[in-house]
Amino acid sequence: MTTESAPSAPTAPGKSARSLAWTRRRHSAARFWRDYRTHRAGLFGLATLVLIALAAVFAPLLVGSDAQSVTDAPGAPMESPSAEFPLGTDQFGRDLLGLLVWGARMSLTVGLLAAVLSVAIGTLVGITAGHFKGWYATVIMRVTDWFLVMPTLVLAIALAAVMSGSVWTIILAIGVTTWPTTARLVRAQTLAVESRPYIERARALGGGHGHVMARHVLPNVMPLVLAQTTLVISGAILTEATLAFLGLGDPTSVSWGGLLQDAREAGAVSAGHWWYLAPPGLAIALVALAFTLCGRAVESVLNPRLGASR
Amino acid sequence: MTADSNPALLDTEGPPGPGADGDPAKAGPASARGPRARNTRAYLLYVAGKLGGALVSLFAVLVTSFFLFRLIPGDPVKQMTGGKRVSAEQLAAMRKEFGLDKPVMAQFWDYTGKVLSGDFGTSYQFHAPVMEKITEALPATLLLTGTAYVLYTLIGIWLGTRTAWRNGKLGDRLHTGLALTLYSVPSFWLGLLLIITFSVGIGPIPGMFPTGGLESGGETGLAYVIDVAHHMVLPVITLVAVGYAQTLLVMRSSLLDEMGSDYLTTARAKGLRDDLVRRRHAVPNALLPTVTLMFVNLGTVVAGAILVETVFSWPGLGGLFYAALSVPDLPLVQGLFFVFSAAVILMNTLADVIYPLLDPRVGR
Repeated sequence: MTTESAPSAPTAPGKSARSLAWTRRRHSAARFWRDYRTHRAGLFGLATLVLIALAAVFAPLLVGSDAQSVTDAPGAPMESPSAEFPLGTDQFGRDLLGLLVWGARMSLTVGLLAAVLSVAIGTLVGITAGHFKGWYATVIMRVTDWFLVMPTLVLAIALAAVMSGSVWTIILAIGVTTWPTTARLVRAQTLAVESRPYIERARALGGGHGHVMARHVLPNVMPLVLAQTTLVISGAILTEATLAFLGLGDPTSVSWGGLLQDAREAGAVSAGHWWYLAPPGLAIALVALAFTLCGRAVESVLNPRLGASR
Repeated sequence: MTADSNPALLDTEGPPGPGADGDPAKAGPASARGPRARNTRAYLLYVAGKLGGALVSLFAVLVTSFFLFRLIPGDPVKQMTGGKRVSAEQLAAMRKEFGLDKPVMAQFWDYTGKVLSGDFGTSYQFHAPVMEKITEALPATLLLTGTAYVLYTLIGIWLGTRTAWRNGKLGDRLHTGLALTLYSVPSFWLGLLLIITFSVGIGPIPGMFPTGGLESGGETGLAYVIDVAHHMVLPVITLVAVGYAQTLLVMRSSLLDEMGSDYLTTARAKGLRDDLVRRRHAVPNALLPTVTLMFVNLGTVVAGAILVETVFSWPGLGGLFYAALSVPDLPLVQGLFFVFSAAVILMNTLADVIYPLLDPRVGR
């Protein structure tokens, strides 16, 4: 995982330092995959994710691009499951299976982008707080601690309610409220990395703050950041569904949480239409679980002491 | 609140104590001259630091709750009048009544002063003091989430211990898998499914439980208690199902950490039975990270059921928050935001303060 190591042998003819670094990276990736393969739960999570991602990407081919249209809906309102509509129809007569597949796009997109935003903020804050000591670190960690104790969901709901209902609002609300955990983890790792001798060597050779953080610390915290990202995604997907369910999402696009809200408002609960309610929730749970399993597997490959179940 | 990516799941190290360095009482065996007194003093300093931090956090919550909700688009006064024909003078009079005509900073200091005396203003939609609405709704929330809290903590600890002790066996894998699955399930969805299955009824399953609310009305005495309990069954099941996974996982991993320890080998070597080794030696030590999590969860008891309360029309703080958000009823949202956050901060501080008493390695 370390990209930084003193060139142990004089570089072989025709091999630059850069190509050596790439070889090493390829080897460590292969080693990572070998370890990951032994985690059955992690493989299950990965396979599930690939399947759902394919379904989301090819949604227009699978169910047609007019599945979301209210005006030319193919069926009668609130039909029970049938051969034509395997999951029944919604209150506008749209095919629920089609909506479910289209919803995957929204939920995955929001989950991924929110997690990337959250982890990016967390990594930036964590590395800078670990690198620059003194008052900057004190202040920034105080802020982090404060965000850490705030009830995330309450804060996200408040933010989403304050800003207008759009996809970006939700991404922003989730990203801004969930970064502190990452920041703490990354800071701890940064402190550990910065105490190693090669950082001192890089400084002695004239490496500035930016060089040390970007070329030496960042590659070393990257594995941790990746594991953290997969864990944050599952939380982000759940939060997205929650916000959409509370009516704080984008009303014009279909998402799994939004489907559940529609179902509740259309009276699917009191009518006992479980086929309307069950699939979106199952989809949310499945994706969240898959990301959690992947995240735990990645974590335990990187840190075998955790001993996650295989 | 499953959507929280709660830091406690990842960070099982317990609250961070003050730095290990520069603390004389911590280094080595205590000196002969009153180690206890010195420990007490260090502990009091530590407590003071934590309390100071909590006060800063509370003030930050106050600032956030004030300025965040200034950003809500729309004129609150116009929303209060609800599209009725009102003259400009009446609007101005209402602005004056709610203090909305003053400069923002003046409004902030007014607000701070009022909050300190327990006054969160008047709700736009209920035309009643916010504090009154909150105290009205609080008992229902405490009843629901308190019951669920006790249940999922006990179940989590019990199952966590069992699964760790039988690490790798089929039972361990099943329980961990089930817990992880339930942890990934949105609580409101589980609640809706339970309502459909057990209140409305599908197929052969009859509707056994009420669909929502706290009481049917008209009952007194014991009948009332039974009626409320009947209404609580489904929401409590929902909260427990999504809540126990975290406790289970933390308990399991901390017990797994302890299980390689030498003192357990010693305990076995002196001939203790397996479950005595577990009960008397392993579990008390492994409980420490779980205690931290218990306090963190205790803070969310107040705020933890926004969705479940909404789904089950439970007349508590969560339902009130949802009602306030949909207007938006600014003072009520502000008040609830402050109460939710303050509860979490106070409980975390309490955890930090109590933790060193349980684990002398921390904070002394």
